[in-house]
Amino acid sequence: MDWMNSIFSELFEVTLSTVTDVLPIAAIIFGFQFAVIRKKPANLAHIVSGFIWVLVGLSFFLLGLEWALFPIGRLMAEQLTNPEFIHGAQAGKQLLEQINWQDYYWVYLFAFCIGFSTTIAEPSLIAVAIKANDVSGGAIGVWGLRLSVALGVAIGISLGCYRIVVGDPIHWYIIVGYVIVVIQTFFAPKLIIPLAYDSGGVTTSTVTVPLVAALGLGLSETVPGRNPLIDGFGLIAFASLFPIMSVMAYAQLSEAKSKFFEKK
Amino acid sequence: MGKTAQKLLVSMVGSLRDLLPILLVVLFFQFIVLEQSLPNIGRLLTGIVFVILGLTFFIHGLEQGLFPIGESMAHAFAKKGSIFWLVVFAFSLGFGTTVAEPALIAVAAEAANVAASGGMIEASEQAKSSYANGLRFTVAFSVGIAIVIGVIRILKGWPIQWIIIGGYLLVVIMTMFAPREIIGIAYDSGGVTTSTITVPLVTALGVGLASSIKGRNPMIDGFGLIAFASLTPIIFVMAYGMVI
Repeated sequence: MDWMNSIFSELFEVTLSTVTDVLPIAAIIFGFQFAVIRKKPANLAHIVSGFIWVLVGLSFFLLGLEWALFPIGRLMAEQLTNPEFIHGAQAGKQLLEQINWQDYYWVYLFAFCIGFSTTIAEPSLIAVAIKANDVSGGAIGVWGLRLSVALGVAIGISLGCYRIVVGDPIHWYIIVGYVIVVIQTFFAPKLIIPLAYDSGGVTTSTVTVPLVAALGLGLSETVPGRNPLIDGFGLIAFASLFPIMSVMAYAQLSEAKSKFFEKK
Repeated sequence: MGKTAQKLLVSMVGSLRDLLPILLVVLFFQFIVLEQSLPNIGRLLTGIVFVILGLTFFIHGLEQGLFPIGESMAHAFAKKGSIFWLVVFAFSLGFGTTVAEPALIAVAAEAANVAASGGMIEASEQAKSSYANGLRFTVAFSVGIAIVIGVIRILKGWPIQWIIIGGYLLVVIMTMFAPREIIGIAYDSGGVTTSTITVPLVTALGVGLASSIKGRNPMIDGFGLIAFASLTPIIFVMAYGMVI
């Protein structure tokens, strides 16, 4: 019965911290609703119960992540970036003089896979995808958007890991990324542009950030010559930049496809 | 009641499918690449069940609570026609949801460590915590400003790309002058500000506003608030690093 007790006490703690997160938001919303708009929303009971569902759901979600995913994900990030794993057990220290970025292939693959799969599970992306599907009358598919964002995050994080390994300054990557986004903006279908810009911000919340941060810190601690304080940051930035490109690319591709079939 | 249960069941299958990729990745790397066994299987399985339940409940609550209230408020503000109150609401929503964001608190604390080790501030606890708090309020303020700019854009129907591209240009220019230690944190702070509850609310607000104002297209004008909220923190954090 001991573990039952611990489940409940932990669940209680997480719920409490979720409530403190949600409270300011609820206070602002209901405060404005009653003080400024001064009208009862049409289905208040419905909305309040919706808030409770969100609260309970988020608490379960966070606790589950804390139990199932984060410990093992962090452990993996540590193990995969461990020099012994990368260079083989006996090679140890003498190899550390020179870094071969190719040696880190498992890290890049892990970064790609974990970026992709955590983005698919990201609740705020699901929310935006549902809304976009609604508003566009089904023209933008929920899965089309989610998969292209996930692909963008995956590519972004693997490239970010490569950057940490070779030690390039981050701003060149980001600036080049911005230039590509600007160029794409001129050619992408007008309807997708705001959504594409948005998708950069929605990708990185509850699931992705803790795992990706652990990966970045682990990597910059073990690659010789990297400073975790300077190089450990920046993966999130990659994860927010690349989905913008991939969503625009998705829209461009589907436009090109429909034009191609029209011609036929 | 039966209807809700049925809906929940359907969306639970969806949640299972959403989480499957993570499970596959974890299992593959744990067994095949690292060649290790899974620690603490009971806790792990309970955790997975919790995640699935949690995602299901969250999506359900989203469609029942967060989306409707966001849209109904947007309609109410549009009908009321008071730009002043709309702007006040937009700012409070941006500021209020960001200032308590746990991810931001973590990043701000980390940034204070960086600043201390770079010699920008004293290495004492007090200096660090005042630096971290300053940063946190800077970011929250910038998100409030972002939502205000985004809402005004929806009202006026300005094309989003010019504002965003202008913002990018500003970021690029500031990057050249900002202290090197702050750059990575500044870029990251754009991504961490938008939490799981803020995103659906803000999206519903934007889409609701755009669909209740004549001549606005919810697809072109309704989205984009999140984009502003991820851009302004970068600018403000770099400015903060340059000033202090």
